[in-house]
Amino acid sequence: MAGPMRIRAQVNGDEVNVRALMAHPMETGFRKDSSGNPIPAHYITEVIASVNGKTVLTAEWSGAISTNPYFEFDVKAKKGDKITLKWIDNKGESKEETVEVK
Amino acid sequence: MKKTVTAVALLCALSSTAIAPTFAADDDEAARLKAIEEYRKQIADGNPSDLLAMEGEELWRTPYGPKNQSLEQCDLGLGPGVVKGAAAKLPRYFPDTGKVEDLESRLMTCMERLQGVERQKVIDSPWRKGEKLRMDKIVAYIVTESNGEKIDVDMSHPKMKEMYELGKRMFFYRTGPFDFSCATCHGKDGQRIRLQELPNLTKHEGAAAGWGSWPAYRVSNSQFWTMQMRLNDCFRQQRTAEPIYGSDATIALSVYMAANGNGGVMLTPGIKR
Repeated sequence: MAGPMRIRAQVNGDEVNVRALMAHPMETGFRKDSSGNPIPAHYITEVIASVNGKTVLTAEWSGAISTNPYFEFDVKAKKGDKITLKWIDNKGESKEETVEVK
Repeated sequence: MKKTVTAVALLCALSSTAIAPTFAADDDEAARLKAIEEYRKQIADGNPSDLLAMEGEELWRTPYGPKNQSLEQCDLGLGPGVVKGAAAKLPRYFPDTGKVEDLESRLMTCMERLQGVERQKVIDSPWRKGEKLRMDKIVAYIVTESNGEKIDVDMSHPKMKEMYELGKRMFFYRTGPFDFSCATCHGKDGQRIRLQELPNLTKHEGAAAGWGSWPAYRVSNSQFWTMQMRLNDCFRQQRTAEPIYGSDATIALSVYMAANGNGGVMLTPGIKR
């Protein structure tokens, strides 16, 4: 089950600074557990950001990103806009969260 | 560690405001500490403890255990259900149990009384799994609600004074194959282990910095550590017998640190490299 995601969006001139934290184990697939068995890879492969439904950013991720990733970007947007972030991982799980710019 | 550096590098690439990390190669101690400080600032904004705190708030409100009750009536010392600022005043003496309790032991009392979850179940749970994972999340929520508050531990009760003296004795008690005490590393100014400067917990500034920044998220291993976990690991590093979760020994040490840090600021949950 997907953990929480926290998005903060702050107006900065004509841009909005978006900071997001995503709960995810981000297992590389190269680690072993205490009994020596490999831990299956489990990481986010794609992050999609959209403003009012229009995609503004897609990112391709891999197992090289840390556990519970932090993601920050600036985008042209204004107060009242709805910013949506979605991630999809290699197991096909996904999580989507929307915030309104205040 | 490599994973973390990659993530921070990615963050810098994406953010226009981020400063490039300075991996100072020179031996200058001050420059090195400054570089670490800068790295800490970079990671502080995205403290993953937030994620645990979000889940913890949910757990606080959700009925659980044999009695199927929430923790909303739990009294952390400021009255039933009051969470804001409660962690900054812990440990404290609780007349209803007749004991000095820290955050985790008080939560165990609440879990037992309100929810019917046996204390021993939490104590026996492995670290960061099952009942202890639930505890970690609830702790993250409660300490977040004390962020920025003044450390204000009430030392007026004789039991608190008793615990302080016990904690002090433990702090200076040398044990284990290395004949170490807490004071060996934490009793002098300017000590460090590898690149980590160690606070002098016998002084106000050091105790305020040390006590006020735990519980914390450790970036290097992606783990959230409560104070109980932190203390347990100190014993482990001492190579001595590990204390029982929530035992008087751990609470006494907490009273010693918190009282020395009284008046400092709670920066909880902290973030550590």
